[in-house]
Amino acid sequence: MTDAILPPPKKDPQKRTRTQTLPSGLRSRAALGLTAAAAEGRFMLQVCGECGALQYPPRDACSTCLSTDLPWRDIDPAGELIAETTVRTSTNTYFRERTPWRVGTVRLDAGPSVMCHVHGDAPRGGRVRIINRLDKSGQGVLYALPPEGTPNMEDDPQLREITADPKFRRVLITDARSESTPALAEAFAKAGASIIFIGEPEGWRPYPHRTALEAIPNVQIVPLDVTDTASVAELAGEIGGKTDILVNNARFVRPGGIMDRGDTVFARDEMEVNYLGLMRLAQSFGPAMRGRGADGDNSAAAWVNILSVYAYSNMPAFGAFSASNAAAYSLSQCLRAEMRPGGVRVMNVYTGPTDDAWHQPLPPPKVAPAALARAIVSGLKDGLEDVFVGDVAKDLIERWRAGAKVLEREMSETDGGGA
Amino acid sequence: MAGRTSRRMGYEGVVLAAPATAPYQRFSKETAHWWIARALRQSLQSAGLSPRDVDGFSVASFTLFPDTAVGLTQHLGLTPRWLDHIPMGGASGVVALRRAARAVQAGDADIVACVAGDTNHVDSFRRMLSSFSRFAQDASYPYGAGGPNACFALLTDHYMSAYGAIREDFGRICVAQRDNALRNPHAVMKKPLTMDQYLGARMISDPIALFDCVMPVSGAEAFLVMREEDARAAGLPYAHIRGSIERHNAFPENPIQMRGGWAMDIDELYAMADARPDDMDLLQTYDDYPVISMMQFEDLGFCGKGEGPAFVRERDLTIAGDFPHNTSGGQLSAGQAGAAGGFIGMVEAIRQVTGTAGPTQVKGAATAMVSGFGMINYDRGVCSSAAIISGAGT
Repeated sequence: MTDAILPPPKKDPQKRTRTQTLPSGLRSRAALGLTAAAAEGRFMLQVCGECGALQYPPRDACSTCLSTDLPWRDIDPAGELIAETTVRTSTNTYFRERTPWRVGTVRLDAGPSVMCHVHGDAPRGGRVRIINRLDKSGQGVLYALPPEGTPNMEDDPQLREITADPKFRRVLITDARSESTPALAEAFAKAGASIIFIGEPEGWRPYPHRTALEAIPNVQIVPLDVTDTASVAELAGEIGGKTDILVNNARFVRPGGIMDRGDTVFARDEMEVNYLGLMRLAQSFGPAMRGRGADGDNSAAAWVNILSVYAYSNMPAFGAFSASNAAAYSLSQCLRAEMRPGGVRVMNVYTGPTDDAWHQPLPPPKVAPAALARAIVSGLKDGLEDVFVGDVAKDLIERWRAGAKVLEREMSETDGGGA
Repeated sequence: MAGRTSRRMGYEGVVLAAPATAPYQRFSKETAHWWIARALRQSLQSAGLSPRDVDGFSVASFTLFPDTAVGLTQHLGLTPRWLDHIPMGGASGVVALRRAARAVQAGDADIVACVAGDTNHVDSFRRMLSSFSRFAQDASYPYGAGGPNACFALLTDHYMSAYGAIREDFGRICVAQRDNALRNPHAVMKKPLTMDQYLGARMISDPIALFDCVMPVSGAEAFLVMREEDARAAGLPYAHIRGSIERHNAFPENPIQMRGGWAMDIDELYAMADARPDDMDLLQTYDDYPVISMMQFEDLGFCGKGEGPAFVRERDLTIAGDFPHNTSGGQLSAGQAGAAGGFIGMVEAIRQVTGTAGPTQVKGAATAMVSGFGMINYDRGVCSSAAIISGAGT
């Protein structure tokens, strides 16, 4: 059984903030396949396309038949822990600071043996299940869990290194006015977040769910307008050093593409909020978060972007909005690279049409705020980098992976699946 | 391979001579080039040769970068007509011997100098581990970065649960080797080791504790391979090569390493040498961790699989004992000088069977087995090798 972590003590401002050191992020190109699968929390290995032999470690040719056709496939995660050790001395500073560290050899039911991190509750010599997750260097690593859940298992210190669990962490949700915000705040409160800051633009203007927000435990409503550089900088100056998870749910949505809009007014607003808003937040909050990746149990852990899945392929009925999300998506990749040295994860949550006023005329399925909130919190608990929420987003990414050009043509035929 | 009918050619007429050791140091500001030059020079001087007389050159080293054996020829002023670079770590001593012997036998070279050496800078061990091999980089180093300690801890843990070995069994190997090392003036470890100290040492990577681990050091080892008639004419003590084997990536189907490649080829080794395990006067195993020495006792035919623990309880592994093992103290007590760890057993065995081992001499030693093991490419040692050598009188 794992010991439950306790609420972190108040930080001593005279103490030096521990620098984030990292496990080795060096990988061969083949091994990056594991990282790509880990971004979505999938346990995948190479399977020979010709003879079907499973391969591990990742490689360039099949060790049974020398075929170079080695596609990645989802693999049965069940196995047995056939050997283990507790590393107490490491040549790598990251591990040296975190010893004792449990690792083991798991013989997969599917065939190969894998070296992996081992959860404290995994029984010695017993059955385990493997998960594939991103470590602090942002690379995929294998991790053996007990076959069933155990009390407080999410608090295992090695597991908490590869997740961004909201428990005892301080969260900033950037737009109080969004229809998704009450569900988000409630989900974070339930997940044990210690403070939920909620940014409120244009506080003088009323909105229906403000009272509901104030009723959620640990919520603090703070002024924040992502289109105003001074406002973003001012809030970052106040709470940037204690923002552990930032959820950017500010967005500007209007229907329309190019020729059915007579001007660039909405397009400008879309870029101001959806693209430059992200840029402003990242410039103000990014450095402080990146510097606090190893700051104890309430270290900075994750940055969450809520993006339209049409960032991948333009939905002409919401064509300009899609374009602003494509810009934000591209910027999120840059942010990910810049946050990586600090061990802070950038999680993109891609959604199809959300169930709100601007998507009112669209047919179902639409993503309800509660579903979005669930996906975000569970994505953080799992330490994911890419989450596709709802059937529309899942369907679209599958089509995009099968062929982006085919999807582009398909998108022009749809009549407004929406954003 | 199963079903092979042709008999391998022996090594008649080719001998080993001029064993040399550049005394080890814990850390060194010098380079691998410097250490290799020292051992090479010492070997040539003892044989009364100059660098010009060497027409074959074989090198094993991890820390020569960006050089290889090629760069060393110019650096050291050698003009060989036969050149080899052996990237096999702990298996490199026997492999160097095998290749050099065939070159001399075929007339491609007259005198091959086989050298292994590495330097150990303050941070070089960490640097080497992080990029040791592609599989290690991708699939073992990210998991705790325990390096070989962690990999061998997993093998040891599995061996203990599979065969009922206890820590004391491994301790017997380490304590006996320390006893041997106390007679070797060049050994890095100079203090006696008791079983209580062994068992009480701090854990490094459970169940591997401090005295299960080698000490990385700087150093180099060398020997010469030449025609018997040339060695005799020069008045050099020399050793015959009775037989040899090597094998790589054996038993890939085993879920974790339980045996080395020796198990595939050991019958052939004894047949080639026309010898049996009982004929060995001493054994030099590759001993970066005691579990692998125990596996060698089994896989080299001194006892059955899983009988290693009982074997070490029954036998005395010291120089004066009934089963002299790693008589110079081995890597566990003399130090691991990188790739020279693959040579330490060979160089000591040549000394033993030629009666020139001095303070570590096993009385009447005529025949020795040397085995090598190397390269934890991912989760197990990939290379294994072994040879039987005998003094000129046998």
